[in-house]
Amino acid sequence: MRRAPLIVACVALLLVPAFSPSDFYVNVGTQILIAAIFALSLNLLVGYGGLISLGHAAYLGVSAYLTIWLVTRAGLSHLPAAIAAVALTTAMSAVFGLLSLRATGLGFLMITLALGQILWGLAYRWVSVTGGDNGLSGLRRPHPFGIDFSSPRAFYFLAAAVFACAFVLIAVLVRSTFGAGLQGVRDQPRRMQALGWHVWLVRLLAFVAAGFWGSVAGVLYAYYNQFVSPHVLALTSSAEVLLMVIAGGAGTLLGPVVGAVVVVMLKNVVSAYVTRWVMLLGLVFVAIMVFMPEGLVPGLDRLRRRRLAAGER
Amino acid sequence: MSADALRLSGVSKSFGGVPAVRGVSLAIAEGERRLLLGPNGAGKTTLFNLVTGDIPADAGGIWLFGRDISKMRPDHRVRLGLARTYQVITLFPRNTLAHNIELALLGLSPLRWSPVTLLSRRPELRERALAVLDRVGLRAAADRPLSGTSYGEQRRVEIAMALAQEPRVLLLDEPFAGLSQEERRDVQHQLAAIPRRVTVVMIEHDLDVALSFAERITVLHQAQSLVEGSRAEVVADTRVQEVYLGA
Repeated sequence: MRRAPLIVACVALLLVPAFSPSDFYVNVGTQILIAAIFALSLNLLVGYGGLISLGHAAYLGVSAYLTIWLVTRAGLSHLPAAIAAVALTTAMSAVFGLLSLRATGLGFLMITLALGQILWGLAYRWVSVTGGDNGLSGLRRPHPFGIDFSSPRAFYFLAAAVFACAFVLIAVLVRSTFGAGLQGVRDQPRRMQALGWHVWLVRLLAFVAAGFWGSVAGVLYAYYNQFVSPHVLALTSSAEVLLMVIAGGAGTLLGPVVGAVVVVMLKNVVSAYVTRWVMLLGLVFVAIMVFMPEGLVPGLDRLRRRRLAAGER
Repeated sequence: MSADALRLSGVSKSFGGVPAVRGVSLAIAEGERRLLLGPNGAGKTTLFNLVTGDIPADAGGIWLFGRDISKMRPDHRVRLGLARTYQVITLFPRNTLAHNIELALLGLSPLRWSPVTLLSRRPELRERALAVLDRVGLRAAADRPLSGTSYGEQRRVEIAMALAQEPRVLLLDEPFAGLSQEERRDVQHQLAAIPRRVTVVMIEHDLDVALSFAERITVLHQAQSLVEGSRAEVVADTRVQEVYLGA
């Protein structure tokens, strides 16, 4: 198979951080993977569905809260808690989809933003359940079959496996017959309707798929941090993941992954050397938007093609 | 006489109090070629939008082969055999011609809901799309992006896309608009090749091509149906000459 070398290279690249001598970089790698799953999920809406959401933190956040709450407060064991968190959050995304998809464009963006803010407010104020400002903690990573996930490396491998599943399944989805419809609905909703597609339902299903993968990222987030606070539901979290998607290249498979690498690296590595790293993050985004408005992945691809064309001449 | 393919009864629609379509009634027989004439703003395209369900009617009923579709969702109407083209070409410029047709074929297939069926692993879909393009002489361009084709070719793709769904009633909104003489001929051939079982309703300003195609003509004027009849009857009608032909 001609794709085999590419797949081997990707798997190798995925495993590199696990062999870093310092736990710090292993953990940065894990954070990148979680952010990448989160960004990939939002990309289904933003890049492939043409629906810009400013409330995507809702799914990661609620799923993280649910995971910790179900394990530490309700006494569920890890696997049932994780499954329940994903199922409940996905169901919530269906309800949110019903509400938000009454509009598209700016209206959609505002409804998703408002719903996200409601959850953020709940997390702050519903102290008896969410712990308010203090958040929820006390979650321990499991060690099934003798694998101790409290080790950064073991947890990295878990995150890498989940990321690989997410990436492959999302790649299949966007190349599927449904994915073709989703992109058609993004480009020409009226025409798609005239061709017999149920435009609204296509969008809703994409919304739920995005909610599902966002909640998967949320479970990993909960086990990685073993702590959750209202910060995870804040508008800044939704904006950050949207920036990952847009900076990396919305509507491409690799774009959100590259976006996640850029943002998490800037956040963790650069912040160790530069105090005003948020400003630097802003400057990097401005630079990307000025020089590669379509995002890093399509932008670099364009440069590569231009160079190839110049070489042929 | 065969049953009506499309029947409208007292259909009305206003936008902000301004009537766009006012109490229009039509009966189009199965297999008929009907032309809708009328000056700009007469309500022709609005009438199409009401039939397809793009916009809901304020009043009146619409029947497709005797079935009331007035309250039906637009995609359900497509499933009953209704297809249309738009005045301004509405296609997928980034995709190839073949992909454009595939989207039309998928629109009527249950496969469209599958998130795990790779489009590239469905050779039969591509074969059907190529066959559709072959019929309009565009098979060689199947893998070109639509944006890389001429306006006339895009118009043919749009009609081919509607025909790919094997509709029973086809609504054509100004299929000759903006075409060169040569392109016009191509589209004319394409329309002449539409099987007789398909009912065709066409809006067109170019009377030369439109009159040679249509069997019956409905003239709309100021949101209302003014005259309906055969070619000769309509052309001879003094009211039509006044409002439309400017005589």
